[in-house]
Amino acid sequence: MKADKVVRSTCPYCGVGCQVLLNVRDDTIFRIEAPFDAAPNYGRLCVKGRFGADYVHHADRLQVPLIRKTPPAPGHRTPSRYPDDWREATWAEALDVAATGLGRIRQTYGPDAITANACAKATNEDNYLHQKLMRAVIGTNNVDHCARLCHAGSVTGLQLAIGSSAMSNSIAEMKDLECFVVTGSNTTETHPVISTFLKQAVTRNGAKLIVIDPRHTEMAGFATLWLRQKPGTDVAVLNAMAHVIVKEKLVNDDFIGQRTEGFSDYVESLEDKTPEWAEQISGVPADDIRQAARLYGQAHRAAFYWGMGISQSTHGTDNALSLTNLALMTGHVGKPGTGLNPLRGQNNVQGCSDSGGLPNVYTAYQKVTDPDTRHRFEHYYYSQDASRRLPDTPGLTVTEMVDGILTGQVKGWWVMGENPMMSEPNLRHAQEAIEQLEFFVAQDIFFNETNVYADVLLPAAAFAEKDGTFTNSDRRVQRIRRAVSPTGQARADWEIICDLAKRLEKELGLTTAGWDYRHPSEIWEEMRQLTPDFGGIDYARLEREGGVHWPCPSFDHPGTPYLFEEEFPSGRGKFYTVDYGTDSELPDADYPFILSTGRVLYHWHGGTMTRPSALNAIWPEATVELHPNDAARLGLKTGDWVDLSSRRGTITARLLVTGRSPEGTVFIPFHFAEAAANILTDNRIDQRAKIPDYKVCGVKIERAAEIPLDRAGADIPLEDRGAIKDMVSA
Amino acid sequence: MAHITLTIDNQSVTVPEGTTILDAAATVGITIPAICYHPSLTPPAICRVCTVEVEGQRGLQPACVMPVKADMVVNTTSQRVQTGRRVILELLASTVDLGEAPHIQHYMADVQANPQRFAGGVKREFDVFEDNPFYIRDYSQCVMCWRCIQVCAEDVQHTFALTWGERGIHSHVATFFDEDMPDTTCVFCGNCVGVCPTGALKGLVEWQLERESS
Repeated sequence: MKADKVVRSTCPYCGVGCQVLLNVRDDTIFRIEAPFDAAPNYGRLCVKGRFGADYVHHADRLQVPLIRKTPPAPGHRTPSRYPDDWREATWAEALDVAATGLGRIRQTYGPDAITANACAKATNEDNYLHQKLMRAVIGTNNVDHCARLCHAGSVTGLQLAIGSSAMSNSIAEMKDLECFVVTGSNTTETHPVISTFLKQAVTRNGAKLIVIDPRHTEMAGFATLWLRQKPGTDVAVLNAMAHVIVKEKLVNDDFIGQRTEGFSDYVESLEDKTPEWAEQISGVPADDIRQAARLYGQAHRAAFYWGMGISQSTHGTDNALSLTNLALMTGHVGKPGTGLNPLRGQNNVQGCSDSGGLPNVYTAYQKVTDPDTRHRFEHYYYSQDASRRLPDTPGLTVTEMVDGILTGQVKGWWVMGENPMMSEPNLRHAQEAIEQLEFFVAQDIFFNETNVYADVLLPAAAFAEKDGTFTNSDRRVQRIRRAVSPTGQARADWEIICDLAKRLEKELGLTTAGWDYRHPSEIWEEMRQLTPDFGGIDYARLEREGGVHWPCPSFDHPGTPYLFEEEFPSGRGKFYTVDYGTDSELPDADYPFILSTGRVLYHWHGGTMTRPSALNAIWPEATVELHPNDAARLGLKTGDWVDLSSRRGTITARLLVTGRSPEGTVFIPFHFAEAAANILTDNRIDQRAKIPDYKVCGVKIERAAEIPLDRAGADIPLEDRGAIKDMVSA
Repeated sequence: MAHITLTIDNQSVTVPEGTTILDAAATVGITIPAICYHPSLTPPAICRVCTVEVEGQRGLQPACVMPVKADMVVNTTSQRVQTGRRVILELLASTVDLGEAPHIQHYMADVQANPQRFAGGVKREFDVFEDNPFYIRDYSQCVMCWRCIQVCAEDVQHTFALTWGERGIHSHVATFFDEDMPDTTCVFCGNCVGVCPTGALKGLVEWQLERESS
């Protein structure tokens, strides 16, 4: 079929940031290809990128602004997607209701009674304006987003140790690796295109891969060594690797002397962290730990890649610090093919954080507590009224927002594009909080499990319907471009925010902070002027070069594919003593299995984009993965309906017997609202990073009391449901 | 790296050692036609459309895999090359539906190939495989260039869902044991669709839209 036009853009799914060519005919995307000559994907895509953008044209897209007919009263807020409960409104009317509602909360309870979720799916420009509205108009730093729920552990650990939290090295270096460790990352399913380069490092370049993961991921099949630790015991294994590297004198003394501090204290702490000690805790044979330490320690260049398995833990910060310790003692950082590389989840989770969608920083991690930085932003935003001040104390994180509602501190909520009612841990707890809200504004492309509670729901344009930039996992700023018209009356998030901000300023009697942008390029220009690290990036350069890795302070600067060549942002890298211990909810007699949650290749997070897609046909339901030995003991087989319960709730789904997870561990994906994994998960958090533990909590498993026959596809045998199958034996 | 100087179509060309004739020619603006060759993939040298004449060599040589040698004299448009290319394309056209491969039709026009020359023989005709939610496989249009098999294997995906089925004129790309795609190791990345040079592999959405409008 011949295209009317072919539009270059960036994939809306994961943090790889694949470049796509949207082939459009009659205002419809009918084919997605990838340019073979462009970083980071060089023509490669995964199933979501190539076939999963059909959600853009789905009939269920929100078409017009909606207002709840009966405004929900605090304590009695209920979810609804029934058309009868909503009234179609004009934009002017819906924005007025939104501005009046938020304005009333601010006037009655103060600015900190409002919290907002920025959006890791939206553009940098959308997110920049989102935090600008919260800070400059509402007057609070209560801005956060789902990065809190994914890489907060990594970010906190890396910030402590080296003062920077982004992925240190680029995707382009992956195919030339010599030795690398993949831990807590099911890379082939969560970053599929990156995984193809990592696999090629092994098959083409002869790289040695060490996988440290309780699950038998596909990457384990490419590994020289696979260390299968018990869930939650990462620190023990990594400490023991450090012990071996020290004992066998594989440390890089020059690097330690020139670039780090605190090594001598740290070394003392390793004395009793022997591989045998770690074997007792983790179940990983001591000799395997020795071999892994030697491979990593002896390599000229070696890199860490990690995902949620490291970060989403009550000791996520400790996990990240353990990795940092290893990189610092070997000097495997600051060079190509090395580094500390957290693989970022969302397409723009890096960018949302970079754009200031966090409670303690403006753009590019400039601290709100730093008076000089704050004055610079005040000068820009409050040019019409020099007496105004930006808030100077960090705001609430998303995990703290929920508790803030329950304690009465938070009364109003503004959610852009996120779906916390699928992604928060312990969903019943989150639901109890949402029910208490006095006012709730949401903007989104579909109804989801969260925005069904809103007072006002504003229809947003999808990625293919607007212009802007995303920043991928390796800090590459790339364009998205409008390829098709917005659905119905949907508008780009940045346009919605500008109109909402103007109304709020009028409502509150404030001078304007500046909301007249004609195009996202003008928003980026403002970001560039306020952010030294973005100084060399503008739309014209992105047009020419396709993408630029920040930091990039000036137009003659080439960008920074790998960080820390000369020094760390904090000066010297710091070693941190990390002791093994756990605050997680461990299995016991009542709840004898460990529950670990994660993703499958074919779905995205809360499922807002992938359930209304062809993707849903290939993996249409939640599956409970159980080890064959456990299944045999319980008399269960693949396809049996089971009830999975924790202290917080019960879900019902079908069983998939597979050796992917170790004995004693149950795995479920968190995409499926009808069997939402996060009903079961625990909301206790890492005290430093405020990230919840999605990988360890206690559950029990029983044959289902009742088969949910009303569920779509429940009458079809599991083996006939798309591609659901045991990947390990397949 | 050592450099090598050779002659292509009477032009002197200097390229790094190990460069193929096809890439060396490209550096001086000479485009050698090719079907199975793809710059991102390992060349399988199957289609032989890129054949060139190398002085001193008995047969025509596949430019996509033949490395340059010092003082090599290559002709990419000689009568012998044109005849070879013409016959290869005429044989291909006699068995495969090239209706959605405009670049191959251009190659044919360039060498005055007659698509009817070998008409009347066995045509490679298959029912369309519509066995998954993402793409279709229409092997009546398959020129057996091997790209999809390679992209599914070590060249990119390492999934190994595709292989070769049957023999001779009946040979075709297949899944192991002719399983439907969802029952194979396929992860539906569609990287095969992305490198298919004809209409043999196509996204389901596009295929359905075409059928609706025809």
